[in-house]
Amino acid sequence: MKDMKKLFGVLLIGLMLSVVLTMKLSTQADEFTKQDEERWTKEFMTVVKEGERLFHSSALGKNKVSCDQCHPNGANTHPETYPKFQKQIGRVVTLFEMVNWCLRNPLEGDPLAADDPRMVALLSYIHFERRGVPLAPGKH
Amino acid sequence: MKMDRRTFLKTTGAAVTASALPISLIKVAFGAKNPAKDFTFAYISDAHIQQIEGSKFVRNWDMGLIRTIQEANLLTPRPDFFFFGGDLAQLGKKEELDHGLEIMSRLRGKVYYVIGEHDYYLDLGKYWESKISPLWYSFDHKGIHFIVLNSILTYDKWTHKNWADPMDRMLAMARLDNPEGSPFLVGEKQREWLKKDLEKVDKSIPIVVCSHSPLQKIYKGWNFWTDDAESVQALLKPFKKVSVIYGHVHQIQYNQIGNISFQAVMATAWPWPYPKSYVQAPSHLPKLTVPMNRADPFFERDATGWQFIDLRTGNVDMHYQLPDNKNRSVVFNTKTGRPQDVKYQNVGSRIPPQNHY
Repeated sequence: MKDMKKLFGVLLIGLMLSVVLTMKLSTQADEFTKQDEERWTKEFMTVVKEGERLFHSSALGKNKVSCDQCHPNGANTHPETYPKFQKQIGRVVTLFEMVNWCLRNPLEGDPLAADDPRMVALLSYIHFERRGVPLAPGKH
Repeated sequence: MKMDRRTFLKTTGAAVTASALPISLIKVAFGAKNPAKDFTFAYISDAHIQQIEGSKFVRNWDMGLIRTIQEANLLTPRPDFFFFGGDLAQLGKKEELDHGLEIMSRLRGKVYYVIGEHDYYLDLGKYWESKISPLWYSFDHKGIHFIVLNSILTYDKWTHKNWADPMDRMLAMARLDNPEGSPFLVGEKQREWLKKDLEKVDKSIPIVVCSHSPLQKIYKGWNFWTDDAESVQALLKPFKKVSVIYGHVHQIQYNQIGNISFQAVMATAWPWPYPKSYVQAPSHLPKLTVPMNRADPFFERDATGWQFIDLRTGNVDMHYQLPDNKNRSVVFNTKTGRPQDVKYQNVGSRIPPQNHY
């Protein structure tokens, strides 16, 4: 009787533990809250804002020219069309390569690495200003 | 040598093809009965000369203006005069205006100047007025009444708000997409002047108004817009033939509102997207407009240019000189009563680069 009680106790603890574990695991993997979404959007918009600042900054290149001088609101950058074949480069390129082309040529500056936080910010701003437009990779 | 439109265009085309330069051996008849009034003029705008530091300026924008002047100096016969349509400088600095004037001094001929917001908002036009031109004025030339307006004014509460530095105001206005910007205005004082100026002018005399901003409303977000456009249009309404020429937009635009034809001129510096390519806000490009080419940045002068103009019909006929594109002519069609592109007006004759999205 005592053993049975002990066994029952162990089983109960095990059951409770597995319930708790299951709940915990499923919470981590399957669910996120409104608060999570708000935080992620806030993180993204902070980077967009930094991208907007850089896009309008005369300090990004070396000749005081800024991206927005030719692309108000990021217009005519067409992020939805990348990757695409760029005839002058002679291969399929992604958007960050075109941003670097602009940094080197009209801005007479240095290119940025693809994962440079400044490049990530610029791309975030460019994409954000084009939100809602359907993807059209390869379109010229 | 007098010419009808067909011969004129043919000759222009032949001259351009033969020389690959916009030398046009033409003389355009303003009116068959009055050969004394034959004349052309040329229009250069939006050079945006930008200082890097000291005597260093942005090469790209310098080259746009230098090339334009080299081409314009080849026009034969000589145009009677030139217009500069505003935004000679990028940030209104004396250094930029002086450097711009130095380049402009190579142009052979008299120049009438229109002020742009990039020339104005550092010192509110003081240097411009002392060294270059009055901000608004009128003159008569061979039977045409020309009016120059300063259309880039804005509301006093914005101009005179508590700016820490005049350069902050300049930078705020120079940013085209600035959500904290302020819409352009001709303003009451100048409208009063315009009213008085027009009282002396016979209603049958063709009028050409030159302003920096469009005297019509296309897209407020980028100031392709003049807030009191309707009031200015109303003053021009009693006249038989009115043409408005404007800069600022760095692209081909044309429109007809009642008796008024509108034509935009190209920049020598860089092209701007059409407002519809910014999808987050509605805009109103005139339906009549066949757009310029979507610019390919690998060609530095793509979708930039300058123009020469005749007034054969009493309205502006605009001949766009586009160094990296085929030249275009937008002429006043006396039958339809509006400006039309001589080649691309029909939807079927347009080319893929004219598709903006």
